[in-house]
Amino acid sequence: MNTAIILALAACSMALIAALAPLLLRQPVAQRTGLSLLLAASGLLAMIAGICGLILGGDTLILPLGLPWMPMHVRLDALASFFCLVIGSLLLPVAIYSQGYLRDETRLTSLAIFMPLFVLGMLGVVLSDDAFTFMLFWELMSVSSYFLVTFKHENLENRKAGFIYLLMAHMAGLLILGSFAVLYAAAGSFEFSAMREAAISPFWASAAFLLAGFGFGTKAGVVPLHGWLPEAHPVAPSNVSALMSGIMLKVAIFGFIRVCWDLMGSGDFQWWWGALVLAAGSSSAITGVLMALQQHDLKRLLAYHSIENIGIILIGLGLSMLLAHFGHPMLAALGLVAALYHTINHALFKGLLFMGAGAVLHSTGTRDMESMGGLIHRMPWTAALFLVACLSISALPPFNGFVSEWLTFQTALMAPQMGGALLTAIVPFSAAMLALAGALAATCFVKVFGVVFLGHARSEVATSAHEVDNWMKVGMAIPAVFCLLLGLLPVLFIPLMDRVPQLLLHASLADSIHAHGWLWLTPIDVAHSSYSAPIVLIGMLVLGGLAFWLLHPKGRTIRRSVMWSCGNPHVNARMQYNATSFSQPLRRIFAGIYRAEEELHIERSRHKLLADSVHYAVHVGDMAVQYLYQPIGKLTLYIAKLLQHEHQRGIHAYLAYTFITILFLLAVYI
Amino acid sequence: MSSASVQIIQAVMLLLFAPLAAGFISTCKARLQNRRGAGVLQPWRNLRKLFKKEVVMAHHASWVFRFAPYIVFTATLMAASVVPALLVDTPLSLTADVIALVALLALARFFLALAGMDIGTAFGGMGASREMTFSALAEPAMLMSIFVLSLSAHSTNLTTMITHTINTPFALHPSLAFAMVAMVMIAVAENGRIPIDNPTTHLELTMIHEAMILEYSGRHLALLEWAAMVKLLLFSTLIVDLFMPWGMTAQADLTGVAIALGLWMVKVAGLLFVLALFETSMAKLRLFEVPEYLSGAFVISFLGLLSYYMLEVGA
Repeated sequence: MNTAIILALAACSMALIAALAPLLLRQPVAQRTGLSLLLAASGLLAMIAGICGLILGGDTLILPLGLPWMPMHVRLDALASFFCLVIGSLLLPVAIYSQGYLRDETRLTSLAIFMPLFVLGMLGVVLSDDAFTFMLFWELMSVSSYFLVTFKHENLENRKAGFIYLLMAHMAGLLILGSFAVLYAAAGSFEFSAMREAAISPFWASAAFLLAGFGFGTKAGVVPLHGWLPEAHPVAPSNVSALMSGIMLKVAIFGFIRVCWDLMGSGDFQWWWGALVLAAGSSSAITGVLMALQQHDLKRLLAYHSIENIGIILIGLGLSMLLAHFGHPMLAALGLVAALYHTINHALFKGLLFMGAGAVLHSTGTRDMESMGGLIHRMPWTAALFLVACLSISALPPFNGFVSEWLTFQTALMAPQMGGALLTAIVPFSAAMLALAGALAATCFVKVFGVVFLGHARSEVATSAHEVDNWMKVGMAIPAVFCLLLGLLPVLFIPLMDRVPQLLLHASLADSIHAHGWLWLTPIDVAHSSYSAPIVLIGMLVLGGLAFWLLHPKGRTIRRSVMWSCGNPHVNARMQYNATSFSQPLRRIFAGIYRAEEELHIERSRHKLLADSVHYAVHVGDMAVQYLYQPIGKLTLYIAKLLQHEHQRGIHAYLAYTFITILFLLAVYI
Repeated sequence: MSSASVQIIQAVMLLLFAPLAAGFISTCKARLQNRRGAGVLQPWRNLRKLFKKEVVMAHHASWVFRFAPYIVFTATLMAASVVPALLVDTPLSLTADVIALVALLALARFFLALAGMDIGTAFGGMGASREMTFSALAEPAMLMSIFVLSLSAHSTNLTTMITHTINTPFALHPSLAFAMVAMVMIAVAENGRIPIDNPTTHLELTMIHEAMILEYSGRHLALLEWAAMVKLLLFSTLIVDLFMPWGMTAQADLTGVAIALGLWMVKVAGLLFVLALFETSMAKLRLFEVPEYLSGAFVISFLGLLSYYMLEVGA
């Protein structure tokens, strides 16, 4: 039993203790402090466990828990260690942030119980080494997060979101269970070690892949299975949204990698699996960002960006699967590392963005971007930290988002000719879609930062906003620092992630990564491509400093004046571009995708040329909801209506049903 | 001469020649329109005037507005110093490959658009919205033409790509022709030239770049205008590098650098003259025809990719 696995189990026990603590501590202050402290400890332990597991190697363990004939199997290998690290590195800052964020909350008990249980579920999924333990913790994660989504259950919106979330989470759970059932049939055991050894026919392997893909895809929010995500994330408390978006979606990615790469025999993919994952990734990336651009609810916008980023991760995974199938293990390893790099990046910057959105919500009481503006003057710290996350998610150097997208581009660009012409063309096309998604993300975050933090305040609440307390600032500062570090020193972090392809693909990037020292990132070799973030940053600091020093007004101050208004003296805050007008060009360009419903209402009482008031509203619905979810919902209701007469029969009818069912089951079983 | 000194010469050269290049275009255009024009040095005079002037800022402008010119300028200059102009293998060319180069320019654009939003005028927001939207649509075409070029060189490092082009015997590759057309179209769009945007107009409802910098004055405005000029020269050098790098020197000796400098000037001047020719003979596109122009560039670059796989891979 090595140190890493003990630390990981300690992180789990911390979460368990945190879940039990509110039963003893009744005071909100005590509950809040206990929650933050224990979760921070759990996060720190998980982080250290992850790093130890990646450096020292992991271990397996059988815990004396669970069913008598089936104890819990726990395993901390490179994959589990990496995801432990991802969980820990966001859990720690979110726990610190919660201490400030929950200050005004009076009834905390349900949050203080279910948030640690949610964390325990995620850690348990990552550590599990048999299907039973996996499903147990998976359900713990899903159910406890349902109670977090419905924390403010007095709002109808929250209850609705919670229902959709629970429904889709269980559909996903069912599909995942199906995929484990296929693997169980091949291995004859629930233990992952037996599944790894078992031989599985290509047909059943594809069945398991599809079940796992749709199951984990639903939980990760892959288009068109994403319907729950933009509903559930905005209504949860912001610290919970940060965890849900930052890590829970990643746990689904973990599950997908565990089942498809590890349990079904590594590198043994069929070509269309990779193509399917690539297509799903590209369509998620584009749809996610296009939908995000049309939102004006800040947290809903961020939720759509999670869909986009999951798409980017899947592009990396799909490329890796294709390359592994066509016998390029090194490039496959690069694709996998790119996907993992984006996994931890997204956890950090999306966690930070949700915490920032939470800070704004805490301070203004609204999520509606149209009533914000000018917050950079009243919340300077939040604004600066939020800007770091905006730059990171927009894939701009020298921050971390750029490194992972750059690695994904390199994988796609270096992919040699594979299979037929169609397949060869699909790879660059997906890279182009990634480029479009990245650039649209930058567009979207110019809109977010510009509308929320810059310009004039658009409402009373924005005028009276105040900066958040130090707990929340520290909670946001930690991921911001990580974002910069991961962007500056990828060469130090990639060897850690490289353990995962070593485990799953038996291929390593170690030689090419270390070839040119810590300064240069050279994924294949230096003639192919290279990037040095430290030099870019130092160069920019030197040049910028020089320019500033040379041009700085010596003795001259900058004159402040009123803004230029084309001579119109009556300028007000409503004349600014807002979230809706900013995305108007895109609404017009992609009119066929959005199908926006616009309403224009002009009131003219005095003269037909004099408008008294103009009312304009635009609504962009989610196509998937309109064309997929609603028809399925209607069909379900229709069938239920047909069957409702059967509910009102006499007792003998019920007895007959029972009898037929038993006969059917017996027939199947025998 | 060491390669480091050539690197510095090259970066300073791009910086100092950028206003001349802008002046060259406007002089060409003036002559083509039967005017005398203000001369090649006029952009330099404008910059000198702006650097001397006082800065006036709106009351509630934040630090984003104040520091954006410096960030835009340095990111553009950083990108410019990565592009080899004279020497094939410069010390800094490994710092960023073509993709990182595009990302550096995106960083500059991001801050420019934020600065446009900072004052809260309708013009600033309008410019920011349009600039970000159109540049996002240009990105896939840009990447696709880089992709076509990197296929034959197996690299996205500029040095390797240039060496590959110099060392392979000249032949007409249809894929390169497609990639070049797409790249030129994107370069025109990225620099806000006709037919996408007109850099010489102010206060038009169709302006993009000028709308974002409308609130700037004094040295801040000078930095932004200078950055825009450097960007134009950078794209010209990039196109020269990728499609006609002949004459660039591999060794940092004086004669080699001198010849490379002469040829670079001729090639860039030729390219800029063609741009002036097009700008004179064309009108600006309607705003919502710009996406069609950009998707046209994407389709052309994608055709380049397909023609590479179909015509050149076996040959």
